[in-house]
Amino acid sequence: MPVVLPTDCAVWLLVAAAVAFALHVRRHEHLAAPWQRVARSASGMSALTVLAAFVLVGLLDSLHFRPQLEGRDRTGEAVYAVEVRSVLDQLVLPLKTRSERTYSAPLATHAYSKETAELPGGGMARDYPRLRYGGAHLADPHERDRDVALTVARGLLLAAAIMALGTWIGAAVVGRRHGASTAAAWRAIRRGETAFPWRAILLTKAALLAVALPAALLAANYHVLGTDKVGQDVLYLALKSIRTGLVIGTVTTLVMLPFAVLLGITAGYFKGWIDDLIQYLYTTINSIPAVLLIAAAVLMMQVYVDKHPELFPTTAQRADFRLLMLCAILGVTTWTGLARLLRGEALKLRELEYIQAAHAFGVRHARVITRHILPNVMHIVLITLVMDFSGLVLAEAVLSYVGVGVDPSMISFGTMINAARLEMAREPMVWWSLAAAFAFMFVLVLAANLFADAVRDAFDPRVRVGAAPALRAGGAG
Amino acid sequence: MLAYIVRRCLYAVPILIGVNLITFALFFVVNTPEDMARMQLGAKRVTPDAIEKWKAERGYDRPLLWNGARAGAARLTDTIFFEKSVRLFAFDFGNADDGRSIGHEIRTRMWPSLALAIPSFLVGLAVYVSCALVLAFFRATYLDFWGVVLCVAMMSVSALFYIIGGQFLVSKLWGLVPISGYQPGPDAVKFLVLPVLIALVAGFGAEVRLFRTFFLEEMGKDYVRTARAKGLAETAVLFGHVLKNGAIPILTGVVAAIPKLFLGSLVAESFFGIPGLGSYTIDAIQAQDFAVVRSMVFLGSVLTILGYLLADLSYTLVDPRVRFE
Repeated sequence: MPVVLPTDCAVWLLVAAAVAFALHVRRHEHLAAPWQRVARSASGMSALTVLAAFVLVGLLDSLHFRPQLEGRDRTGEAVYAVEVRSVLDQLVLPLKTRSERTYSAPLATHAYSKETAELPGGGMARDYPRLRYGGAHLADPHERDRDVALTVARGLLLAAAIMALGTWIGAAVVGRRHGASTAAAWRAIRRGETAFPWRAILLTKAALLAVALPAALLAANYHVLGTDKVGQDVLYLALKSIRTGLVIGTVTTLVMLPFAVLLGITAGYFKGWIDDLIQYLYTTINSIPAVLLIAAAVLMMQVYVDKHPELFPTTAQRADFRLLMLCAILGVTTWTGLARLLRGEALKLRELEYIQAAHAFGVRHARVITRHILPNVMHIVLITLVMDFSGLVLAEAVLSYVGVGVDPSMISFGTMINAARLEMAREPMVWWSLAAAFAFMFVLVLAANLFADAVRDAFDPRVRVGAAPALRAGGAG
Repeated sequence: MLAYIVRRCLYAVPILIGVNLITFALFFVVNTPEDMARMQLGAKRVTPDAIEKWKAERGYDRPLLWNGARAGAARLTDTIFFEKSVRLFAFDFGNADDGRSIGHEIRTRMWPSLALAIPSFLVGLAVYVSCALVLAFFRATYLDFWGVVLCVAMMSVSALFYIIGGQFLVSKLWGLVPISGYQPGPDAVKFLVLPVLIALVAGFGAEVRLFRTFFLEEMGKDYVRTARAKGLAETAVLFGHVLKNGAIPILTGVVAAIPKLFLGSLVAESFFGIPGLGSYTIDAIQAQDFAVVRSMVFLGSVLTILGYLLADLSYTLVDPRVRFE
């Protein structure tokens, strides 16, 4: 039985908007031109490849349903579980269900701490017990290293095979499009001579596959990144965190956009008392330190949630509501920056000749704004959106630490770090949860930052003139 | 000049009133004091008497805006709005939920916050500006390229990891400084070295990259070309012209941040156990002490507004092209 959580709605709405926007851009050459510049940036496209992998995981995790249980009730209707699962959960079901009793190190066959066990011949002994699932297929735990090496080799071979096939198809397509042979296209790709950075993208894909495939094969029999305090697989936690991070980074902008665009353009376009009022509004909100305003709003939201338990029958629904509200709160507190930029731009644009001409023809204000002002400020909106994304993903972790982030029952990078930071003091140290959160978050945020830079370089008119040569030479700068 | 300052100060008044109204609406209109009491005392199995007592102890038993039961001015003053919100203007913060005076707490906790914030701020500024200048000097070379790559990589790491990693490496593994804690006086140094260092590293990526673009923007301008054309050495151009002009946007950003140093850092202070205003706020958030959070929101806003005021003033002081209007 499908279940649609509010954040799922928001996520798929965003996907629909992105697809519609992409189609619209495709049909207009002047809109497509800056995107073609993005497409020529090697770092930008590599980052996009990585981001696409994350987005895929996030989207799979945004299709929720309640699994059907065995048997039927008295009226013959199918029975559904109370627990809400996502398609991702279903795909990696072994990771979700095969939990150990407590901590275990990555790829371990034995638990992290000694336990007292009864010996077969009577009597007790304290030893590291075998894990229930980690390496359980091995008769002799000493074979683990060999088994792991073999599995990794198999994964790498598989990755190489897929890459070879993919590259061959890619080269054939590129060759066909440019009227060259496949071999010539392959040479051009290998030397990085194609306009579209095929080489960078293929290398990124190869790196992704070389990590993902061996990990996937290993995950069948081991806990690749270990288990946490309650025995949950850390790889599963990290995969689930991706959706939370992506939702915070994107849905927040969905909330922020209407405020920023509407109020910013209105203020700049109409000037006068409207401008004063809107300026007053955003200066006031801007004067309250963001973390404190968010904290205050989230505290008040918690009171509301506690007061109305009847609205949230399941934990998943409560956690989802809190996530959505967190996005809304972040959106309401962060629209001021973009609004100020848009106001300034609208002030400049309204004095230009073509706007004056539109006025002279008697075009109504609403039409001038939508036809003439809005398209000319879209680059600012776009740059701000992609630049804000990484900051929001990072902010989630800090807010969860402060205690005003997502619901404690929701898996996110913030809750992972929060749970893991106290484990560093253990002896021997439990480092894997923290390392996993670090690695996933770092790759996600780095990719987002690099992609944002590529977008900004392509869209910002200031970068193309004036300081352009120096900045370009600076690579990512 | 004086007239300008006075006008800017007057302009801050409606904004402060706005902040006050927003916090009032957030804390008392969205949820009633009843809800707060219920949450503090535990959601279920709480008697109405207990709620009334909780409210009376904290002065939340008054009406919100208009007290019809009183006469004269007391109709307006004997309300939650006047007692809890208007009094903030006089920096009268009242008491926290544990009964301690918030004003007194702020006055004592301000010093550890400043002891951490001021060194972080000064050292950070010096290091960031010099590194950005080096990158700008060696622009379009491998040093610049890898410097920017390092900056982007460093800004992709959450501040939490810098703190956890720093504590692990420096305190636990090398045992150079205590992991956390604080002592006033000269002993404070050994507790503050690590937090200052980590603040420096955590801000490095974003700040150096930003400052570098300021300098590069300046370097593309005509007067720099003129300076080079008349035969000035590259270092003279850099320090005599680019640094001075590139420092204007840096300075205004920096000046705006000065008053907020009082507030301290939420995360760093609580990780390192420094009894400053940041950890005070975090404790209050975690204990859901609304009186303290409300006071800190107001105080933070006052300091931010002060920062904007100082930034505008400094702008007019360092840049003769800007006139008082």
